[in-house]
Amino acid sequence: MREYFARDHARHPPALTQDYKSTVLRSPKHAPLTLGQTISEITGPHFGQGDIGELDNDLIRNFAKDGDPIGERIILHGRVCDEGRRPVPDALIEIWQANAGGRYRHQNDGYLAPLDPNFGGCGRTMTDDAGYYRFQTIKPGAYPWPNWEPSWRPAHVHVSVFGHSFSQRLVTQLYFEGDPLIERCPIANSIPDLRTLQQLVAPLDMDTAQPSDCLAYRFDIVLRGRFSTPFENRLEGS
Amino acid sequence: MMAQEDKILQETPSQTVGPYVHTGLAPWAIGLDVFKTDIGAEIVGPKSKGRRITVSGRIIDGADDLVRDALIEVWQANANGIYRHVEDPKFGELEKDFRGWGRAWTNFETGKWSFQTVKPGPIKDRDGVMHAPHLNIWIVARGINIGLSTRIYFVDETDANAKDPVLNMILPEQRRQTLLAKYRDEKLKTNDYVVDIALQGDHETVFLNT
Ligand SMILES: [Fe+2]
Repeated sequence: MREYFARDHARHPPALTQDYKSTVLRSPKHAPLTLGQTISEITGPHFGQGDIGELDNDLIRNFAKDGDPIGERIILHGRVCDEGRRPVPDALIEIWQANAGGRYRHQNDGYLAPLDPNFGGCGRTMTDDAGYYRFQTIKPGAYPWPNWEPSWRPAHVHVSVFGHSFSQRLVTQLYFEGDPLIERCPIANSIPDLRTLQQLVAPLDMDTAQPSDCLAYRFDIVLRGRFSTPFENRLEGS
Repeated sequence: MMAQEDKILQETPSQTVGPYVHTGLAPWAIGLDVFKTDIGAEIVGPKSKGRRITVSGRIIDGADDLVRDALIEVWQANANGIYRHVEDPKFGELEKDFRGWGRAWTNFETGKWSFQTVKPGPIKDRDGVMHAPHLNIWIVARGINIGLSTRIYFVDETDANAKDPVLNMILPEQRRQTLLAKYRDEKLKTNDYVVDIALQGDHETVFLNT
């Protein structure tokens, strides 16, 4: 049986990142216990087209009541592959975001920018055989949030991914090329290395932009990869 | 260390889900009506075999306050210890309506989460080692930079728990208790289990680097 590569925690944000206040009381103090992967970790849920509706990946239309939402129309698209550059087909991708004014459709968001009656702000899709996915949406606005001092989030889209095993489970955020708020954001900068953070910055993709309709941004996603040769499963330390 | 010569690319780094996770992953929690199917609602169907149980609890932060904006996912085997996944050798023996995955959120007022499911069976790993019945858990919330993984075991599985290779790795030994779901009613022993998850503090839950 093949195992997944160990997660390189130096590239992910540590549990405690002082500049992001909410982590102070929500970060475990003990180091996590490292397991060799058992069958519980190399398996995971599988989703199918039956789980997804036709408009689920179109945030411009999936909540529209009496017209299109306000804002800059964009395509978000890319490929999901693993660390061995193998495409990951049938990956479930779920996204959520603020509207063009920076307001979420959520009962706990009290920002003064108005809700858009035609924008829900969530979408989901499955990757195809080549690991490719595509959403249509509105570019989200920046918004203020309470941290140690009032801060601003850069425009971003939250992205949740299921690969083929529960140990590949990943949630991240997509940022947009050229946004000066990225380097000022304590959440973006919870990632220790600036070059790693660049992996979350989607470049403008004029080849995919639709003339007279919308711009496009490209966001490729990499999930944990697997050894290509089987070897003995073993719990570390046993 | 294992060689990682097949690694060409680097995993996309994680980011917190933030406070508005429900908008995307649990729109039903906030009355947001976009999707027709709630994919995380049913871990098991009516035809799934096994003892029907409820597992519930709260999530507590380092100041002993309730975490009321967390999302929690479960991945589990069926009553015979089989996962709904092609790499489980007994995959073909599963009930058709057993999914084994579900999603819940902590209640905005009470901070309580709960799963209705069947109790999983003991699981035989690929090397033949038996694991005690357990739920695999993944937790995200504002202030959690990368999803936290843990397991929930059951208090009534004394013998299986004593031999479980993951529980046995946990030292000091009393920290094993943090993964143990107990009966809500110790005397009646109904099908109602409870376990609180502590992100920090004296009773910090054991989290796993999977
Ligand atoms: Fe956000």
